[in-house]
This record gives sequence, C-alpha cells and structure tokens, in this order.
Amino acid sequence: MTEPLLQTAAVTLAYDERVVVHELDLVIPQGMVTAVVGANGCGKSTLLRALARLMRPRGGSVLLDGASIATLPSREIAKRLGILPQSPLAPDGLAVEDLVGRGRYPHQTLFRHWSAEDEAAVESALAATGTSELRARPLDELSGGQRQRAWIAMTLAQETEILLLDEPTTFLDLTHQIEVLDLLDDLVDAHGRTVVMVLHDLNQACRYADHIVAMRDGRIHAAGAPGDVVDAALVQDVFGLQARVIDDPVTGTPLCLPTGRRADATNRRRARSTGPDPRPSGAEADRQA
Amino acid sequence: MTRRVTVRTQSISLRLDMRVLGLLGALGVATLLALTLSVGRGDFPIAPLEVLSTLTGAGDEATRFVVLELRLPRALTAVLTGIALGIAGAIFQDLARNPLVSPDIIGISAGASFAAVSLIVLGDTSGVISVPLAALGGAIAAGVALYLLAWRGGVQGYRLVLVGIGVAALLHAGIDYVFTRGQIFQVAEAYVWLVGSLNARGWEHVWPLAGALAVLLPLALALGRQLEVLQLGDDVARALGIGVERARLALLAVAVVLTGIAVSAAGPIAFVAFIAPHIARRICGTVSPSGVLPVAAATGALLVLSADLIGRLAFAPNGVPVGIVTAIIAAPYFLLLLRRANLLGATG
Ligand SMILES: Nc1ncnc2c1ncn2[C@@H]1O[C@H](COP(=O)(O)OP(=O)(O)OP(=O)(O)O)[C@@H](O)[C@H]1O
Ligand SMILES: [Mg+2]
Repeated sequence: MTEPLLQTAAVTLAYDERVVVHELDLVIPQGMVTAVVGANGCGKSTLLRALARLMRPRGGSVLLDGASIATLPSREIAKRLGILPQSPLAPDGLAVEDLVGRGRYPHQTLFRHWSAEDEAAVESALAATGTSELRARPLDELSGGQRQRAWIAMTLAQETEILLLDEPTTFLDLTHQIEVLDLLDDLVDAHGRTVVMVLHDLNQACRYADHIVAMRDGRIHAAGAPGDVVDAALVQDVFGLQARVIDDPVTGTPLCLPTGRRADATNRRRARSTGPDPRPSGAEADRQA
Repeated sequence: MTRRVTVRTQSISLRLDMRVLGLLGALGVATLLALTLSVGRGDFPIAPLEVLSTLTGAGDEATRFVVLELRLPRALTAVLTGIALGIAGAIFQDLARNPLVSPDIIGISAGASFAAVSLIVLGDTSGVISVPLAALGGAIAAGVALYLLAWRGGVQGYRLVLVGIGVAALLHAGIDYVFTRGQIFQVAEAYVWLVGSLNARGWEHVWPLAGALAVLLPLALALGRQLEVLQLGDDVARALGIGVERARLALLAVAVVLTGIAVSAAGPIAFVAFIAPHIARRICGTVSPSGVLPVAAATGALLVLSADLIGRLAFAPNGVPVGIVTAIIAAPYFLLLLRRANLLGATG
C-alpha cells in the first residue's frame, strides 16, 4: 500500500503550557475535499497550521508522503503545500497583483523571478477569483470580501497539489462564497488537487466536502463522508446545539436546521396578538421527541 | 500594466518596474549635479565645467588638490553615507512593521555614538582603535544586544521596537554620563561628532565605506526578496518556504552594519534613515522592497549630499554640520506626515 499524501501520527499541539490538540491521528484523503468543522476554539486553526508546518508539534508528527515534514526542506514543502491562514497580514499600500505575485516565491530564484509560468499562474489565479479588475488596487482599500479573494488568489498562484484554507468564505457574500467553493471543487476535479478547509457553515461543509472531520476539544469526534457522520446527535455533541438534520433538497447531503428558540418566540407573539395557536412549534416537537 | 517590463532569456526572467528605473535615473542625475555643485562651491570657487574636466584628469595643480583631495572625498562620503542610511532605514521599518522606526530610535546609532563618544572623551583616539572603528563596533554591539533581548522564540516586530527604545534610552543615559566625566575640550569634540558632520572627510573615509557597500548593497537587494515575503507575516512567509528567523536575522545584521558604517563615517546624521524610505515609498507608488530599497538608497544619497551643500552655502563661511540641516529638513516633513495621518483619521 502506498503512503497517504498527508497524515498526522499522534500529533499533540500546544501553545506554551496549554495543550490544544491531543494525540490526533488523521489521514487526509488524496484528491478530495476535506472540511474541518467544530466549535470556536476547538483547535481547527491550530491543526491546519501544524499540517502546514507553521507550528512544531509538541509530540507526534505530520507526514507528507510518509516523511515527517519537520525533516523536509521548507521550499520543497512550499511547492507542494499552500496555506491561507485565518487572518493574514499585509503592509498598507500593497497592490493586489503584487500580493498574488508573491505566491510564486517558492518557484522563483533571484534571477528567474518572472517566468512565463509565473505570469500564467498569477493571471489564472486573478481570473479564477474574479480579482483581475482589482489588480492595481491597494489591498487596504478593498472590502473584506475582495481582500479575502485576493488572498485566495495568492494561495492559488502558489500552484500546490495540497491546499489548506482556514475559513476561506468568511467576509464573502453568498454569491462569492459559492463561487469560491465551486472553484475549489473544480481544482479537485480538474487538477486532482487535495483541499482541506475549515468551514463554519456545516451545510456548506456537507455539500462541498467529500470527507468531514468534526473536532471537539482538540480531538476528532467523528470523521467520514458527510452522509455517514452528520446527524442530530453529532451536531449536539460537537456544537452543543439542538438541530434537526434533513436531506438537502438540492444535493441530498445532510442539511442541519438548528432548533433555537425563535419558533417558540414567534408562536408566543402570535398567541399574544391573535389568541392561542393550536399548532405545536417545531422546537417543541423536537424537545418532546 | 505598462509600468512593468518583462525580460526573459534562457537563464533569466526578470520583471522590471519602469517607474523605479526612471526614478533611479532621475535621482542619479540629480545626485551628479549636486556633486558637481558641491565640489565647485567654497572659498575657492571652481566652475562646474572645470570641475568635470578636473575629474577627468585635466586642471592645474591647485585645482586638482582642492577638487580631488579636499572636496570630492567629502561629497562621496555624503553620497555613500546616504545610501547606507536609506537602505538601513527601509529594512528596519519593514522588519518592525512600523514606518516610524529608524536606527536612531531603536538604539543602533546610539550604540555607535556611545562607543565613539566614550573613546573621544575618556580614551585615546590616537590608539589602535580609531573613532570610526569604535562607532562600527558600538553599532554592532547594540544590534546584538537588541536581538538577544528581543528574542522570545523568534523576534517579533513590536518587540524589536519596544526593546530598541529601551536600549536607546539606556545608551543615551550612558552618553550623558560620559560627558559629565570628561574635560571640556574633549566633550566639545564629541559633541561635534554627535551632531553628524562631514568636515574634513578624506579618502580614508571613502574607501572603507565604498568597500563595505560593495558587499552590503547587493546583499541587501537580494535579501529584499525575502523581506517582500516577510511583509506578509510570519505564517505566510513560512508557508512560502522562507526560513523566517534566519531571514530576519540576516536582514537585521545587514541593516545594523549599514548603519554602523554610515555612522562611523559621518556621525549619527539625524532623520535620513527615517525619511528616505518614506519618500521612496511615496514616489515609487509601491511598498515592495524590490523597488523601495534601491530608491531609498538613491534618495538618502541625494538628501545627505544636498543637506551638506546647504549647510556649507547657506551658513558660509563656517557652515553648519550636515546633521543640523537634515534635522531642519525633517521637521516640516514630520508635520506633513502628521497632517496626512490626521486627514486620513478624520475621513475614516
Ligand atoms: N497564539 C496562541 N497562543 C495561545 N493560545 C492560542 C493561540 N492561538 C490559539 N490559542 C488557543 O488554542 C485554542 C484553539 O485555537 P484555534 O485557533 O485552533 O481554534 P479554532 O478551532 O480555529 O477556533 P475558531 O473557530 O474561533 O477559529 C483556543 O483555546 C485558543 O485560545
Ligand atoms: Mg480558527
């Protein structure tokens, strides 16, 4: 059997004394989209940073083609694995085009820093993210969503077989969220890339991921195909949230509908204005079940 | 876009920023003009054309002596000092992620000053260790101290600034202490040095500067590519394959030594390292070190040379030290920056 492209072996991650991820074993399926989901602070970003060797594990290791990434040359890894961190920094005044061009750094040398491949990669990354018209604009004068797309373009320009993205759809309007997710899907389909992303929208995760990793308190609570692992019990365990899970009418994947207390409130208000309404709310029905 | 021109052959492929090249050309011509003017003016005036012909080998003995031995080395020291300070300032500002930083503020110049002043006031300037050597040593020692004190599993920009301000304060206190221990004659000499002056600079100042720059300038420009990626933060830089701490240490070392050789040649000339990168960023229309570093160097050269010229002409016959002129030039620029910042703040 061949070694998995990317996996962790009993990896333990910590900031100073605080252990955030505990002896985690994870295999990233090659040529597929993996979504990491979980509550705020459960260690998703930390795990992603460790996969991209941005932080050194306290114990265990991250393996790329079976070799520990700690032992591989940094530039070689950079040609194969790209990451978009959750909140990246850029100097004021940096133009979009310059930012995207920097994604080419691992492929360049001092006297070969603008080859035809570099140019083509930057152009197609700009086009794919719809940022071609923004190319000359300074990053700090863009909207949050435009900026996010420019950063995604930078990561795409790196042209790596593995792409790690931390919440790539935050700040984006719904149209651009779907565009970015479709784009990542295309990369996997057409170019055999492997994508790992942290997503907060469980429904988008279910739709776009081939493989879901649900984390709780620095451990994997469940992992597998969305249809196999996502149900009301998982949502309760991982997010501490009551929800109904039905089939997504568009894709057939699990669709999570949080119960909340909103339906009760609506009913109460309606009762106040028009008298009692005999219908039980969805939430009450769930709680009775 | 048309401002970028691509050059590709079998083994190289470069993208050149025409605006940056144009600026370098313009600044180079301006510096050459200022140099001709600077060498021509003085107690013994020489016409610009005669200056040029003397530089190319003609001219009588007296003219040759004035041009080649007295005034040219002074002007060249100004140019080289400005180059070193301009680049050093740009690197420090990017590393610290703070456009208000300069080697004066984070204690590198103060390290050079402390060592030089100590030697002038308390030591023996005719010994093996000369004042320039002491200044260079002081700058490097301050740089090492700064790095070690700021290090906490790596050196973050803000720690560089905070620790640097502390180091500078300590060294300035040390300089004041040295002054209280000295004889008035030596203290006066040290004071003149501290202002930053190009008086009586000869070829013995030019050659070491030129030699050091021949190594450091290409090194700084090459490291500029890593600085470019470091601007995107440690995580992204590491993701793009850079050894972040090693790159930062190399850049810091180059900037410290550049500051050291500049200060050792001309004293801690104020504000050049602070202002030159600002002007460069403004006129380049980019924040990329690949454009900003060379233009900051050229700006620094023109700035120091013209400041020295102004100091000599406007305050003839005795002249004022170049460091006082740069401070006078810097004050309104500072206010302009502040005004701009206020305007930006006011409009959101
Ligand atoms: N630089 C840091 N230093 C110390 N603790 C940190 C650091 N970064 C994260 N942590 C802690 O590690 C834990 C996991 O953080 P992480 O950023 O991985 O969470 P996350 O799952 O990505 O959360 P979110 O959904 O909010 O992005 C949190 O408790 C957080 O407080
Ligand atoms: Mg996170």
